[in-house]
Amino acid sequence: MPLLDIKNLTVSFDTSVGLFKAVDGIDVSVDSREVLAIVGESGSGKSVAMLAVMGLLPGTATVTADKMEFEGLDLLKMSPQEKRQIIGRDIAMIFQEPVASLNPCFTVGFQLEEVLGKHLGLKGRAARDRAIELLKLVGIKDGAERLGAFPHQMSGGQCQRVMIAMAISCNPKLLIADEPTTALDVTIQKQILDLLVRLQAEHGMALIMITHDMGVVAETADRVIVQYKGHKMEEADVLTLFENPKSNYTRALLSALPENAVGDRLPTVSDFVFEPAPGV
Amino acid sequence: MTTPVLEVKNLTRDYVTSGGFLRPAKMVHAVKGVNFTLNKGKTLAVVGESGCGKSTLARMITLIDPPTSGEILIDGLKADAAHVTREARQKVQIVFQNPYGSLNPRQKIGDVLAEPLLLNTDMKADERREKAMAMLLKVGLGPEHFNRYPHMFSGGQRQRVAIARALMLNPSFLVLDEPVSALDLSVQAQILNLLKDLQDEFGLTYVFISHDLSVVRYIADEVMVMYFGDVVEHGTRDEVFGNPQHEYTRTLFAATPNSSVESIKARLAKKAALAS
Repeated sequence: MPLLDIKNLTVSFDTSVGLFKAVDGIDVSVDSREVLAIVGESGSGKSVAMLAVMGLLPGTATVTADKMEFEGLDLLKMSPQEKRQIIGRDIAMIFQEPVASLNPCFTVGFQLEEVLGKHLGLKGRAARDRAIELLKLVGIKDGAERLGAFPHQMSGGQCQRVMIAMAISCNPKLLIADEPTTALDVTIQKQILDLLVRLQAEHGMALIMITHDMGVVAETADRVIVQYKGHKMEEADVLTLFENPKSNYTRALLSALPENAVGDRLPTVSDFVFEPAPGV
Repeated sequence: MTTPVLEVKNLTRDYVTSGGFLRPAKMVHAVKGVNFTLNKGKTLAVVGESGCGKSTLARMITLIDPPTSGEILIDGLKADAAHVTREARQKVQIVFQNPYGSLNPRQKIGDVLAEPLLLNTDMKADERREKAMAMLLKVGLGPEHFNRYPHMFSGGQRQRVAIARALMLNPSFLVLDEPVSALDLSVQAQILNLLKDLQDEFGLTYVFISHDLSVVRYIADEVMVMYFGDVVEHGTRDEVFGNPQHEYTRTLFAATPNSSVESIKARLAKKAALAS
């Protein structure tokens, strides 16, 4: 049984010009201990699909699905109270802008210990020790001093580490990373990706990487879903996708990579016609 | 020998942070002595991570900020950021990273494009409009876009507008400060193609600032690697990519995600070995 199993997910938004379907009939399933990458450009609905799982969409969004199960529990029928037991503990998420996703008014330590208190009931000394241990796990060595720091006193890479520490604090079974390295430099990106992959292997988590960067996909994923304008274009394991892409859109994305440039010009996506690959 | 379009001699820039009560002011050396010359029709890429001084360098050679010391020669003439003449302003233009922030939301695209002409030349209004329209078509937008506002455009289209605005005065060289890093992959490819086409057509000279090595490899003739305000490596593209000399350059190469099939196979094999 897959850890997360979604069938025919549709998310639509109420706008002034009518209903807009951001995600249109997508199936996603992840097994435990698997790294799944969801790739697509902006507007492809890759983030929205996962926000729907987390229940973080605004009220204007309508989420429907034939099936949305986590470990066999139906997320659609669950009450908000029951859902809060799972979200943040068994399913955790990290976001693109690390500095913006931390609260600027509180210290890093306070925010970390808050999570530990809410979900695990750790208080005082125990919470503090666990927080230091978590910071050490994500590569922040002087954790005890860093607990007193405010987000603005740390660099983007450090803030992202804190976000990861918060997300893994309750040993989640599924970690969703929404463009975790897009705002970071290449050298820092490498460190964060290595950290995520290491934690995934050590803790036996499932990891969903949402990204638009084919390089990130190549460096981390086991399996890949390619999305375009709310539709699934292709699903394949990472090697097949890069070696023998089936859908035109995937081919377009790959050939738009500057390192794959043949001759003097880059092919652009508008040079291709898109249809989902056969069988998707 | 022909005069280089841009010559930079020993350029430095220090920033002084404001001290407070019981806290002395600190000096940050953002750029510590940069030298280079750039010939017509060439692209120089400046590579480095955030905080290495590449944007400070860009602001100095576009005459936005004055250097602390050093000289900037544009077409062989000394330029001074404190007194930018109309002639000097026409020679240097810049395209910024974020096309959402660099266009005035209350200005129509046609006016965005005509404004440099209004400020720096004595052209008549109809002549300005004609030129703006011609440039709009040149960067791949249509005449119907002339009277629209920036919020009606996508990121890629806005970046086209920013490039068009920079080209209105026929500059000697163009500084591109991370022009594609805010864009999607496929849009990035379109903008890079556009920049190459424009370079071929007008013989443009680019200073291309980026942290993305794959983009640099595609567009640059020369590459300059900066690290904490110092130039640690400078050479032709093939020299730098083929045989990086400095350790930091090698670190950068190692950190760049590799999407070749061989590297994926190697990674999966390593993972399988660890799991078993």
